[in-house]
Amino acid sequence: MVAIPSRHRSLALLAGVLLAQILMLAVQIKRDSRGRLIRVWAVSMVTPFERAGAWGVGNVRDVWHHYFALRNTSRENEALRTENDALRLAIAQLQSKAAEADRLGTLLQFKASNEKVAMMGARVIGASAGTASRTIEIDRGERDGVHRNQPVITPDGAVGKVIEAYRDSAQVLVLTDKDSGIGAMLVESRIQSPVGGTGEPMLTMKYVPTDETVNVGEKIVTSGMDRIFPRDVPVGTVLDVKAGNPFKQIRVKPAAKLDRLEEVFVLLTQESLDFQKEAEAQSAPGPSVPAETPATAPPAVVKP
Amino acid sequence: MNDTFELRRGDTHIEVHKFFPGAIAGVTILALTLQAVFPVYVRRLDFLDLPLLITIYFGLSRRNPSTGLLLGTTIGLLQDSLSGPTVPLGLYGIAKTVVGYLASSIGARLDTEHPLARFALTAGFFVLHQAVMVLTRRLLLAQPEPWFNMHLTMAAALNAVASVPLFLLLDRLRRSS
Repeated sequence: MVAIPSRHRSLALLAGVLLAQILMLAVQIKRDSRGRLIRVWAVSMVTPFERAGAWGVGNVRDVWHHYFALRNTSRENEALRTENDALRLAIAQLQSKAAEADRLGTLLQFKASNEKVAMMGARVIGASAGTASRTIEIDRGERDGVHRNQPVITPDGAVGKVIEAYRDSAQVLVLTDKDSGIGAMLVESRIQSPVGGTGEPMLTMKYVPTDETVNVGEKIVTSGMDRIFPRDVPVGTVLDVKAGNPFKQIRVKPAAKLDRLEEVFVLLTQESLDFQKEAEAQSAPGPSVPAETPATAPPAVVKP
Repeated sequence: MNDTFELRRGDTHIEVHKFFPGAIAGVTILALTLQAVFPVYVRRLDFLDLPLLITIYFGLSRRNPSTGLLLGTTIGLLQDSLSGPTVPLGLYGIAKTVVGYLASSIGARLDTEHPLARFALTAGFFVLHQAVMVLTRRLLLAQPEPWFNMHLTMAAALNAVASVPLFLLLDRLRRSS
């Protein structure tokens, strides 16, 4: 016990007696909303320590978890990285599937809008081995009814023609090949002239006389004069026009996405197709895939 | 215990008074009884705080802070007890503890036998008593109460006036040295 000097003894007694009475008051007093004052005081007195304790414990826990308890973190990190890579791969595959479903939906819609025209869906399974030619290989061949010189299209427009048909596959000469050609005409002026490839991504309209008027942006469709393509299949759009002698130099942007071909149609007849409906359907708001058509429709649906 | 002796402080000689046996207890009980009776029968005397005057008197006479504050505590708590359930135990107790302590401390340093000194000290202690009461009410009970007003000023003066004859009367309870 700490001895209290005699001169301070009465002061200590005063403090003790006052404190005792204050505590006694606190026990009796009941504040309306916060209960007895002694409780309020007790809580107020203890709360800072509790808060400090919680803060301290939280910090210690943080330090422990973030600095000391990391024995298995490296292994877990490795496992998570592996899992993350696998998930990213799965996401990429799913995105690819979704894109494929969109494309198939478009094809299905095109097929549905031209159901009277005999056509066959085909998947692009290969491309030309070198840069000297622009060809693609499709997974349909003679056994499916594919023959040479059959036109190949997409819902966007003309792609090319079959140049070789094998038993289960066929080669298609794409319009951009420099040996390719297709009977075409300008939509507004109705000028007919073949369109061919140059080995570049753009096409060329070859024999338009210099004195003819050709507007940039004008649409070009098939004329049917080559006896391969039916009439009015979109070929492209005039990109630029230069004067020449005796013919204009007209560059044409292909209507079909010739550098990104994955699914195509092989036309089995020369009946006219309705690309207008297709264009309207594509420009209409909402999903391009009909609601009743499953997005993951297999290519077999496209095949007749 | 009941002998009178002198407290030496330098050259000053202050007499510490002792009382007849049972005098303090009897006077305390009588004062508390009268304090409880006055509001009922003599309304005009409700300004008197006899327990306070007793605390002041015995504090000044005994001149021992420890016994002074304990006497103040006892009287205050008894007054709390007699004041009904609306007054929490300790309200008067705290105030009279402080008064008892200070009265004893002052009594040990000053000669408080002169009537004028008693008048002034009683008025001062009444104000202090009131201040401690208000402080307690405000801080602990959350009861806003005026620190002082004209009624309390008058009460302080009247208690101080009453203390002069009362203290002379109580002086008779002292044992002669």
